[in-house]
Amino acid sequence: MNSYAQKRGFLATLWDYLTTVDHKKIAILYLVAGGFFFVLGGIEALLIRVQLAVPNNDFMSADMFNQVMTMHGTTMIFLAAMPLLFALMNAVLPLQIGARDVAFPFINALGFWLFLFGGIFLNLSWFLGGAPDAGWTSYASLSLASEGKRIDFYTLGLQISGFGTLMAGINFIVTIINMRTTGMTYMRMPMFTWTTFVACSLILFAFPPLTISIFFLIFDRLFGAQFFNVDMGGNTIIWEHLFWIFGHPEVYILVLPAFGIFSEVISTFSRKRLFGYASMVFATVLIGFLGFMVWAHHMFTTGLGPIANAIFAVATMAIAVPTGIKIFNWLLTMWGGSIKLTTPMLYAVAFIPSFVIGGVTGIMNAASVADYQYHDTYFVVGHFHYVILGGVVFAVLAGLHFYWPKMFGTMLNETLGKITFWLFLIGFHLTFFVQHFLGLMGMPRRTFTFLEGQGLETGNYISSIGSVLMAVASVILVINIIITSVKNKKVGNDPWGDGRTLEWSISSPPPYYNFKQLPLVRSIDAYWHEKMEGRKEMPPAEPLGDIHMPNPSFIPFMISFGLFIAAFGAMYRPDYSWGLPVLIGGLVITFGSMLVRSLKDDLGTYIKKEELDDDKGVKA
Amino acid sequence: MVKEEIQTNNGVNVQYRRKRNKREMRHQLISFLLMIFLTLVAFFVVGYGDFSVWFVIPFILILASVQVGFQLYYFMHMSNKGHEAPALFIYSAVLVAFVTILAFITIIWI
Ligand SMILES: [Cu+2]
Repeated sequence: MNSYAQKRGFLATLWDYLTTVDHKKIAILYLVAGGFFFVLGGIEALLIRVQLAVPNNDFMSADMFNQVMTMHGTTMIFLAAMPLLFALMNAVLPLQIGARDVAFPFINALGFWLFLFGGIFLNLSWFLGGAPDAGWTSYASLSLASEGKRIDFYTLGLQISGFGTLMAGINFIVTIINMRTTGMTYMRMPMFTWTTFVACSLILFAFPPLTISIFFLIFDRLFGAQFFNVDMGGNTIIWEHLFWIFGHPEVYILVLPAFGIFSEVISTFSRKRLFGYASMVFATVLIGFLGFMVWAHHMFTTGLGPIANAIFAVATMAIAVPTGIKIFNWLLTMWGGSIKLTTPMLYAVAFIPSFVIGGVTGIMNAASVADYQYHDTYFVVGHFHYVILGGVVFAVLAGLHFYWPKMFGTMLNETLGKITFWLFLIGFHLTFFVQHFLGLMGMPRRTFTFLEGQGLETGNYISSIGSVLMAVASVILVINIIITSVKNKKVGNDPWGDGRTLEWSISSPPPYYNFKQLPLVRSIDAYWHEKMEGRKEMPPAEPLGDIHMPNPSFIPFMISFGLFIAAFGAMYRPDYSWGLPVLIGGLVITFGSMLVRSLKDDLGTYIKKEELDDDKGVKA
Repeated sequence: MVKEEIQTNNGVNVQYRRKRNKREMRHQLISFLLMIFLTLVAFFVVGYGDFSVWFVIPFILILASVQVGFQLYYFMHMSNKGHEAPALFIYSAVLVAFVTILAFITIIWI
């Protein structure tokens, strides 16, 4: 019963993916869904740049601009960047620590479906009376004043997808703590595993504040509560605090895995051990801790007072120290290495100066007094796009090219990859570098148009041209993916030739049980170590035996679908009588599915030893 | 009855285990009594004593945190080996929650 060899119909494949609990397939689901939302958010970005290309433009109305701008931010952060990182984590992380699956395969699938249904719910707002329009931060006084259902799509959609993110994070934490193979000590874990571990811990601590603040907003808007209503004794500032207690760590949730991907890429293509591994680990953990003590730097102009502002300013600047440690470590890893400038490596090299620019403008923003000048201008827009595009998107693109063979067994075309890279890099700097100066000249953030003769025309025009270059780069990437998939030329275990960690010691893509025998890890960069000792494969840590695998399940889909239905009920309950029954019905589906899961024993299946012997070409 | 030295699967001596269980039982009993005592003290301070609010509130908060410690370490076995990861996460969460609450009472509510 080798399910890989069988040719399957479309419906069978679809059912396979709807019920899968295999981390490698969930990675592909995350990649497809995250890629879709990335394109959606990209189109919204292009619409913004079209509107702002020339002064006094009437390409779209101010109201439409607010919706597009809000959805661009929300989609890119919650529905594109995080899922794309989860795609890479799911694809690589269990392989990197030598595990056959994640700790909770069922929860893993549930996390994906919750994210997807939350994302779909949020985007259905376009067809059902308008999208959220209070900015991705959705400050309470603004969102309570927003009419119609727009903000309810934001709150309910993000709540559902937020549950999914929280579950995915917990799953990875437990996986890393419990599922490491023999010899894989904490200080032998690959850097991507370490950064994922810290990022998921941040998810664990940062998402509950978001969940609470969104619940407050849901109750305020739909169930008559007054948490943020100042007239009724509420406090609108609480939203800002809770949101940023989540929001600042969120930046690290995104950027730490990005750091991890770059550490792997730089070390692989410099063909050197990562310089200062222990200090990298230390810096990652320190960034994680400090990330929770700086949130008010987003609120310097709220009126917290000089003492609070000073404390949060100093704490923020302290983060530059561990980040600087990392930058120097990457530079010193490349120093003296025999560097191969592949596409992933190009992204990694370009990331360093881009991210440093984002970091330096971050320190400028952290100076609370100067921040009064920058606050809510395009300077801030330039800053965080340097951090998130120059850090996270570059990392996702680097990781996509780097791990593509491990996920699909084929290599993306290097020439097209390099064309994508150069267009994207030039477009990125054209778009966002001028935005710093636009901000310093006084162009406010989130403005839907600007006037002639204020010196803002040239900068905005350049910015819009840059965004077109990035769009062209993305199209070439898609063409590259299509060409590669059509050619379908399979590659071996270690297609880059310089793989250092366990994932490169098994076939691409790996068999569904990953490792026939769990590998024995004897050093950091375990696979590289064995190669240097003259071996071709990892030594096994266990005798060949039966392998326990979880059964596929449709329940994660049903649990998420129930919440999706319930969200519609909750949203329309104040206006229509059918709202309440739909709300209850949705919850019944969700909790009923949970009940079925709890009462029905599902002990999984065993792959028999004899079956493993038949599977050729898959060792250790 | 003759006591035998039986080796269990993971090589733990049964006699040693019995001894350890006995010791743990004693610890649990002592901490249980202490916890009842601390609860009585808390009730006394609030209900019968004539203390100022500025003493009572910090005092019962300290008693509460001592009780949480007893609960975690003696009843939920955090004192045993292999609980480093849960301890790390619990203390991190306490730190994060503390900073949040501190910020809320110093710069929002007052
Ligand atoms: Cu921040």
